[in-house]
Order: sequence, then structure tokens, then C-alpha cells
Amino acid sequence: MAIFINSDSKVIVQGMTGSEGQKHTARMLASGTNIVGGVNPRKAGTSVDFDGTDIPVFGSVADAMAETGANVTVLFVPPAFTKAAVIEAVDAGIELAVIITEGVPVADTAEFFAYAQSKGVRLIGPNCPGLITPGQSNVGITPANITGSGKIGLVSKSGTLTYQMMFELRDIGFTTAVGIGGDPVIGTTHIDCLEAFQNDPETEAIVMIGEIGGDAEERAAAYIKEHVTKPVVGYVAGFEAPEGKTMGHAGAIVSGSAGTAQAKKEALEAAGVKVGKTPTETADLMRAIING
Amino acid sequence: MDLYEYQARDMFEKHGVPVLPGIVAETPAEAKAAAEKLGGGTVVVKAQVKTGGRGKAGGVKLAHSPAEAEAAAEEILGLDIKGHTVHRVMIAAGAKIAEEFYFSVLLDRAQRQYLAMCSVEGGMEIEQLAVERPDALARVAVDPLVGIDAAKAKEIVDAAGFPEDLKDAVAESIIKLWTVYAEEDATLVEVNPLVRTEDGDIIALDGKVTLDENAYFRHADHAGLEDKDAADPLEAKAKALDLNYVKLDGSVGIIGNGAGLVMSTLDVVAYAGEQHGNVKPANFLDIGGGASAAVMANGLDVILNDPQVKSVFVNVFGGITSCVEVAKGIVGALQQLGVSATKPLVVRLDGNAVDEGREILAAANHPLVTIVETMDGAAAKAAELANA
Repeated sequence: MAIFINSDSKVIVQGMTGSEGQKHTARMLASGTNIVGGVNPRKAGTSVDFDGTDIPVFGSVADAMAETGANVTVLFVPPAFTKAAVIEAVDAGIELAVIITEGVPVADTAEFFAYAQSKGVRLIGPNCPGLITPGQSNVGITPANITGSGKIGLVSKSGTLTYQMMFELRDIGFTTAVGIGGDPVIGTTHIDCLEAFQNDPETEAIVMIGEIGGDAEERAAAYIKEHVTKPVVGYVAGFEAPEGKTMGHAGAIVSGSAGTAQAKKEALEAAGVKVGKTPTETADLMRAIING
Repeated sequence: MDLYEYQARDMFEKHGVPVLPGIVAETPAEAKAAAEKLGGGTVVVKAQVKTGGRGKAGGVKLAHSPAEAEAAAEEILGLDIKGHTVHRVMIAAGAKIAEEFYFSVLLDRAQRQYLAMCSVEGGMEIEQLAVERPDALARVAVDPLVGIDAAKAKEIVDAAGFPEDLKDAVAESIIKLWTVYAEEDATLVEVNPLVRTEDGDIIALDGKVTLDENAYFRHADHAGLEDKDAADPLEAKAKALDLNYVKLDGSVGIIGNGAGLVMSTLDVVAYAGEQHGNVKPANFLDIGGGASAAVMANGLDVILNDPQVKSVFVNVFGGITSCVEVAKGIVGALQQLGVSATKPLVVRLDGNAVDEGREILAAANHPLVTIVETMDGAAAKAAELANA
């Protein structure tokens, strides 16, 4: 089962011919992702050789979908062109668009999110590592060799903390790990992932990783209390972050008393979520749940 | 990035929002000249700091002549307002205020759209108004695909309960303020107070604007609005090297990859520090994904130049980043520093090419470098060394 992507996902890459796109397409292919094409209007009709696998380049998302039956797109498009690329994919009727690009103006994200939502298209990101259903499909930049398939669902704002947590729990493995991104506006939220994991019969327990800024974790806590019956463990990064300073992610900022790690931790604990003080401690809490 | 009031005023003026004349001054003499330029009558001398509560702190003074403006500037310049030193004042033309209102438009992260807030009760802190008189603050959602058009502006002034004879004028100002928000890629435009003068004009008397740094690429003038003199020297150096660095107060230097992991590293070090004299992290430094040895060495250079740093914790989980590059960067930086390197480094590597990375460090066998396998263990070691 897993969530959002599986072995049936047919994936195209917008920005495949750029340096980042090319590097990560090779990695996605090596980890078994069914990549069926790339998109670049200036290179339509050509193809790119990835270690013996020839991936065709199409002039538009619509052409790529018509030729290949693709249902997922992943974007390695520079920030200035991301909005147009997402809107193109939405107009072409893609099911899921995963936006890896960092540095997209938030007004652009707000606009293409509203547009995608009006057309019923799921977006993940921007500024995210993408998602992986180990052994089936890896859409984005998550290293595929950290761990394999298992019973845990993971949702995180941070890429490297996703990798760290997958590594810590490599003995158990994951159904799907979703990096939702650290921007102020993102397409898929903690709550969307919690809902999907709750409904996924293969997922037995959920790890949720949050960080300072906004109130997504607090709202996720309220959602867990109401709707999630599977065990959830949590981790929140940013206790030491000073007010008013952006900590790497555009969305990771404490403004006044809002968005603090302490408030998020307390909200999660009040919803019955066990929250670890370090990633390792969080993994231990999860291991205790899985091993009964 | 938050703008100063005078920068916000200039931006409002550029987009046709009604504002009063205002001139920025860095010395009392400049303040006097500015007051003369504004006609020699009554002016307001306002401290330019990026924090609230200026009035209470003595940062806003009325002056009835250029000489008084000079004296007021003398008093205000150099003041410390909530940790912000006043380097500039704005000399603003005086206005006869009849009524004060409030307007803001901002990014609503939770709803993933924009939110306009408006009240006929302006002047007070909006957080206070929201708590004490929530009904007096109208909140109107703004669709990112539509923005604030005439219909939305009418909805806002209706919701706020403006009297009929003011609605058109206020709505017109609101549409212009939306132009500032949309065309400048702002995430906040706030006017407090928006006033009606005794002459019946609607004027944005004090403004706050936050700009989206991700949108600098389409606004050639925005980077120039940044406050060069306010930046910490180490932050300025890191910025010149294109490193994502934030200076903090502790003594354990931190380098890692990925914003989330670095934030987490700060916390884990502070947690470990509870057992070691309460040492704290000295900085946030994210070398990013796929960093080269040169980036790693640059990062170490910034951190080792921080006199507060007693030990350094390098915490890398190689996703795209190769542990080989990290190890090479460490070895290279230490070689370059030679005998001037004196601070101990604790290194924890995992993920991409971890064995090769650890081998490089082991082969270099530098006396200052300790390899620890786990993040928690390495944090404890770094805290211990900082407390030694």
C-alpha cells in the first residue's frame, strides 16, 4: 500500500536536463523508480542516457503524460520558473507534483497551491527532499540505501532529519517517508500525511518531525487527538533558535511567542504523542512501541 | 527581511499610498536640516528601529522648530530600544490627527492564503486589540489568485465598520497597500495607525513591511535595503562566503548539513550541555546539500574565528553530501591553519560514503579531531570539551 507513491507510479522529471535534475534522475532510477520521461521544451525529441537506460525528453508535461501515462512529476526547476512549471503540470492533469526547488517566492507558492487545490492536484514541497516508498518508488532526493520497507510512516519538514530518522530506525523500515518541506507555505501538510498513514493498512506507527515556525505541529496535534488511532511519536527541532532569526528554512522562524519548539512539544504531548528530546531518543520511543 | 519605517514609507510613496513627507537623518545636524526642508514647522522625530514600543522608550518626540528637531535627534540617536541601538531618525511632517485606524495584510501560513486585518480602532498594539476587543478587528481572507480588488476592499471596510463617508477613501488606500504587498513580494504590510486628518485626508502614518528574501531575484533594489551595519561581523563574513550562518551566544561551534539536522544539533548540544556546565551552541551553520570540501573548510574558518567558540561539533548525515568531502574539508582546513589551530573538533559522520570519510580522518590522525559514532555521544563530547 504505502502512501502517495508506489511501484505503479510513473514519474516524469521537469528539469531533468539540468545538472541537479540529471544527477537525481540517475539516483532515482538506480533506486528503482519508474522514470518514464523528462520535460524540456528546447530539447523535445531528444533523450538522455542514464547508464544504459534511455529516458526520452518531451516538450511539455501534457506530451509526456500522453506518451507515457505518467501520473507523478518531480520538479528540479529554478525558483524563477517553478510557478509556471507547476501550473503547466496541474493543467496537464498530473495527480501528484513533487517540488524539490528551494528558494521559491512564497507568493508564487501561495498562487500555485491555490490553483492546484482548485484542480484537485496534490503538491508536495516546495523546498523538500520528496518522498520514498522503499523498494517501490523514490521521488526526489532521499538516499535510497538508508533502509528498506517496513511498518513505520514518517512525515518531516526537514530532509536531513528524515534521513537521520530513517537511519536510526533502519532495523524496522518504512512504508513511506515524506519530506514535506520547510517553507512557510507547503502543498502537503503533516495533517495530510497523518490522515494518509492512518488509512494505510501497512503503516503500524507514525513518526512526525516538526520544527519551529508557524502552527502546523499544533494543528497536527489537534488532528491526532481527534482522528489518529495509530501510535505517533514526535520530534521537534529548534529549542535553541532565537526569536526573529530564520534558521535555514524560510519557514523556520520564531515570531514573538508564536512558533516555539516548546509550544509544539507541549501540544503534541497533550495529544498523547510521545516526544523525544533527541532524534535517537525519538527512535527509541518508536522502537519500544513496535517491539511492544 | 523587515524594513525600517522610513524604507516602508518610501515604498508606500512609490506605489501611491498617501504618506506624509519624511526625511531620514543620521546626525542632529541632518535632523535640523531635514526639519527646515519640511518647512520649519512642527515635525515628529522618530527613532528608526526594527522593534515596537518606540514611543514608550522615548524614541518619538514632537518638535516645533528645526532647533527642537535637532535637540530631539540628539536625545534619540544612540538610544537603546529593546536591544536595538538607534542609528537613524526620521523627521516626519506633523499631521493634525482626527482618527486612528489599523490595516494589515499578511501571509496566513495555516490557511495558505493571505489575511487582511482592519479596525477602526487604531494606534494601540494590534496583539493587544486582538485579545481585548477581538470583535473590533475584522479579519478577511484574501485569495492569492485574486488579491485585493475593489470588491475585496469594500468587503474589508464594511467588515471593519467604517462610516459610509470614509469607506471609499479607505478602500482606495487599501487597494494601493495591496499593490505594495503584491508588487514588492512582501509577506507583511502593516499600517498602524492609518489616520484621518482634520482635513479629511487618509494617510498611512507609520508602516511596517516584511519582504520575502526568496523573491530578491526579481527585485534588484531589495538586497540594498538590508542593514549592513547591524549585521554581526561573523554573520557578514559567512554571508560573503555564501554560508547559512546565525551567530548565537554559546561556546560549542556547530557545523552540519540541512536546516533541520543543524537545528536539532543545537538542541542536542544544549541538552548534553546540561551535564557539562550548561554550555550552549555558539552558532547555526548549515553547509547545505552536496557541499564540497571547500564549503566545509570555509565553514570551519568562520567558526574557528569566533572567539567564543571553545570546541566544534561537525555533525553530518550524508544524503547528497559525501562524507569524503566533509572529511577532506576538515583535513584541508586544519592543514591550512597549521599550528594556529587550537580548538578541538568532534566529528560525527553517517550516511553517504561514511566509511571512506572516517578513513580519511583516521589517516590524517590530527590530534585535535575526535571521531564519535553517534550524534548524542558526539554532542556530549563536544559539550565536555567546551567546558574543559
